[in-house]
Amino acid sequence: MASSDNAMITLSAVTKRFGAFTAVDAATFDIAAGEFFSLLGPSGCGKTTLLRMIGGFEQQTSGEILIDGEAMGTRPPNHRPTNMVFQSYAIFPHLDVAENIAYGLANRPVDKATVARKVDAALEMVRLSGLGKRRANQLSGGQRQRVALARAIVCEPKVLLLDEPLGALDKKLREEMQIELRQLQKSLGITFIFVTHDQEEALSLSDRIAVMARGKVLQIDSATALYERPNCREVAGFIGNMNFFEGRVVAVEGDQAVMEIGPDIRVRVPLTGQSVTAGGNAILAVRPEKIDAVVDRPAPSRNAIRATTRASSYLGDRSLILADWHQEAAPVSVSLQNRHAAAESPLAGGAAREIWLTWPVEAGVLLSD
Amino acid sequence: MTALASGATSPTSQDPTRRRPEWLAGLWLIAPTLAIVIGMMLVPLCAIVIVSFWTQTGFDLDTSFTLANYGLLVDDALKCFSDGCGLYSTLIIKSLWISFVATSAVVLLAYPMAYFMAFRIQRGKLVWIILLTVPFWTSYLLRVFAWKVILGFNGVINSGLKSLGLIEKPLEFLLYNPASVTITLAHAWAAYAVLPIYVSLEKIDRSYLEAATDLGDSRWKRFWRVTFPLSLPGTIAAILLVFIPTVGDYITPTLVGGPSGIMIGNSIATQFIKANNAPLGAALSCLMMLAITLAVCLFLAVIGKKRLKGADI
Ligand SMILES: Nc1ncnc2c1ncn2[C@@H]1O[C@H](COP(=O)(O)OP(=O)(O)OP(=O)(O)O)[C@@H](O)[C@H]1O
Ligand SMILES: [Mg+2]
Repeated sequence: MASSDNAMITLSAVTKRFGAFTAVDAATFDIAAGEFFSLLGPSGCGKTTLLRMIGGFEQQTSGEILIDGEAMGTRPPNHRPTNMVFQSYAIFPHLDVAENIAYGLANRPVDKATVARKVDAALEMVRLSGLGKRRANQLSGGQRQRVALARAIVCEPKVLLLDEPLGALDKKLREEMQIELRQLQKSLGITFIFVTHDQEEALSLSDRIAVMARGKVLQIDSATALYERPNCREVAGFIGNMNFFEGRVVAVEGDQAVMEIGPDIRVRVPLTGQSVTAGGNAILAVRPEKIDAVVDRPAPSRNAIRATTRASSYLGDRSLILADWHQEAAPVSVSLQNRHAAAESPLAGGAAREIWLTWPVEAGVLLSD
Repeated sequence: MTALASGATSPTSQDPTRRRPEWLAGLWLIAPTLAIVIGMMLVPLCAIVIVSFWTQTGFDLDTSFTLANYGLLVDDALKCFSDGCGLYSTLIIKSLWISFVATSAVVLLAYPMAYFMAFRIQRGKLVWIILLTVPFWTSYLLRVFAWKVILGFNGVINSGLKSLGLIEKPLEFLLYNPASVTITLAHAWAAYAVLPIYVSLEKIDRSYLEAATDLGDSRWKRFWRVTFPLSLPGTIAAILLVFIPTVGDYITPTLVGGPSGIMIGNSIATQFIKANNAPLGAALSCLMMLAITLAVCLFLAVIGKKRLKGADI
């Protein structure tokens, strides 16, 4: 990935080691100006470490970080054009809300009247007008979160770093804050780097998401691309649910590959740039909601495998079915929309029965082994 | 504590209405402390106050109520406004001043030490805390005496400087003056001040410091805007912990003070023992307590209620 002209942040081979342990392994990517960029991954994968290196709180072992074209080197946080919203919010307990928000402005050449005006504007922006005299222990979790946000934003950073800022909030407040955050980011045009381990949050908020695991950046893409075209088994399994079929490529025909996933069970998979050769091992990934369960043999243009239902559960809007298709393989999970009353479904009842699992060719994703 | 006590009683009393009220359980827990406070502090304190209104007649005490002792002390104090302070007022002012200087020195010594322990020591903090208590393993008297040996006419400093050929005659200003009292007090009390300051520094969430840096503070600025205000409760505790007992200290001025270094504590002791005038000594004690209370109140007022309120979180 070459650094483009409008890159706000450029990471080149940024690595962090704690002793022999590599917390972040050669992260190399760009973040565009004004982008809402998320770092997503399981606990301990190095998201916080990477964010803290960008903010200057942690010194990278090797590699270089450029912010707005300037190499950051060993610059401390107070000399970087970034501000951070801490997971614990870190609202100073000895200062009131207004003093907290004004904190960073004291380090700039602005007069008192301007500070007061900016603080008021910031309070209004995060909908905390009138609470300027409160202290941190007199605020709710959501309000604290907003103070932390306002305190960082009044400094007008080029990049705002947010480390699981919504982690401490309950579900409802969290969803409200997500919408507010997104609106705020759009209206301010500041580049946001947002750390989360909640995939739904990342998918719904971000322009692009970097999926990390074990210190490595696995894939960087938009939400739809990550969901529809994951580039490896780990990403596919981490985001949403996924069925995996292990097999062998037997032929490449134009932009499709033919895979053998069981004895004499052949399916077609679209090729979207993967380099495959006939004879190589590969994995086919199909989302549960893209698979249909039918009683009659489907048309030959679709992929189809014979299976036996093992269990099904009714979830109101949809039903989940677990079906065995091969003794040695994991069962396939299928998610069916309940567009008709449950009694009309071909699978009503629940007793094990023979069915066809079928999906259109373009629904499959070929992953290298 | 109360929860523990009521938990212990519950198996015997199944009926919740028959359970002992919680405040009673609490009372049991503080009973020993309360007994000691009443017996060893409140009673003697009252005795001192009462005696201060009596008169000494030869070897007997005249127990009729009189304000004569206080009258004498007020006269003594009033002289400050005419022809120089009287003996007792001078001593009280000098004692407050010596304690003030010693306390300042103690905090200046203890704060960096506590800061070092809280922020620079990563492992083995317990070892440092134990090391800090090492001076307490010898008695206060011995520690004060050690300074006499160091500062004395033929002491460590004088003989050292003499053998280096830097001085001909021993320096006499080292011992038996207010400065030697201040030095000795500062050393003897420094360890007491480290712990409260250390605790309040240790308690500061490190994310506050990171947030301050993030918002543009240099290290120095961050210290004055975040670290120091948040360590105020411990620092104030340390100041009071050192200031209050040192005003009335009696051993240190006796050993290293000399005639010019005596403090109010010596004068009170003289009244009780040598001059055999317990009522005047008692009145002096009360006056000293009043002076300390005023000094402490003044100090707390200067620090400001607002900062205290915010910092004790
Ligand atoms: N100061 C440190 N010393 C040693 N190891 C560390 C240090 N900081 C982090 N690590 C390790 O680096 C790895 C990545 O940590 P990091 O905090 O970046 O994870 P994370 O992705 O933010 O996880 P979470 O979602 O739980 O916050 C972890 O395995 C952690 O144990
Ligand atoms: Mg983290």
